[in-house]
Amino acid sequence: MKLNIQYYALMREQAGRSQETLETSAATPADLYGELASRYPFTLSREQLKVAVNSEFSDWSRKLESGDAVVFIPPVAGG
Amino acid sequence: MRFRFTHSAIDTAAARRELEHLGAGGYVSFEGWVRDHNEGQEVTRLEYEAFEELALKEGGRIIADALRRFPVKHALCVHRIGSLGLGDLAVWVGVSSTHRGEAFDACRFIIDEVKHRVPIWKKEHYRSGDSGWVNCERCAVVPHHAQP
Repeated sequence: MKLNIQYYALMREQAGRSQETLETSAATPADLYGELASRYPFTLSREQLKVAVNSEFSDWSRKLESGDAVVFIPPVAGG
Repeated sequence: MRFRFTHSAIDTAAARRELEHLGAGGYVSFEGWVRDHNEGQEVTRLEYEAFEELALKEGGRIIADALRRFPVKHALCVHRIGSLGLGDLAVWVGVSSTHRGEAFDACRFIIDEVKHRVPIWKKEHYRSGDSGWVNCERCAVVPHHAQP
């Protein structure tokens, strides 16, 4: 299935892109992060991140569907 | 909207006017400024970046939470995004209420929650030429200097 992934901040720099469409068999955001972490030099572990699917916070075990938009959220620092 | 972003200077006078209420006896505001140092490093400028779609939702939920928890009249938060220099205003929170106590409490609640919950990131640029994403670099599994 195809997923749309957007990257922000440190992860955008480490992925070298702000978004991509990916053909993947990853069933969950957790699986997807594992796949991407083997491709890009991410320094943050999954435990340090949150994840959003279709612009809402999500569980790592949510079942992904084709066309979903996934964003990994590094530790935030507003203010 | 009660939580919003701006890519240029925050108009605090206009923001304050949005809080006016004839039943309010006063208002409290908080301004977050870009300072010239952080954790032993000399900072020269900052870049703020947000996942705006989710940030607007989460920021809106924080304001709604504040209005439920505290008996205040109005509350508003404006966060700036982009490249900021020293002394620039990065975030503004304002709350109007009948009495001052709940305005102080709600204002503190909003800025604390925004810092913890809203997907906004801050990159510091240092005098040394180095730079780093706040809360992301030191907690990284593999420190940058250890990478080949």
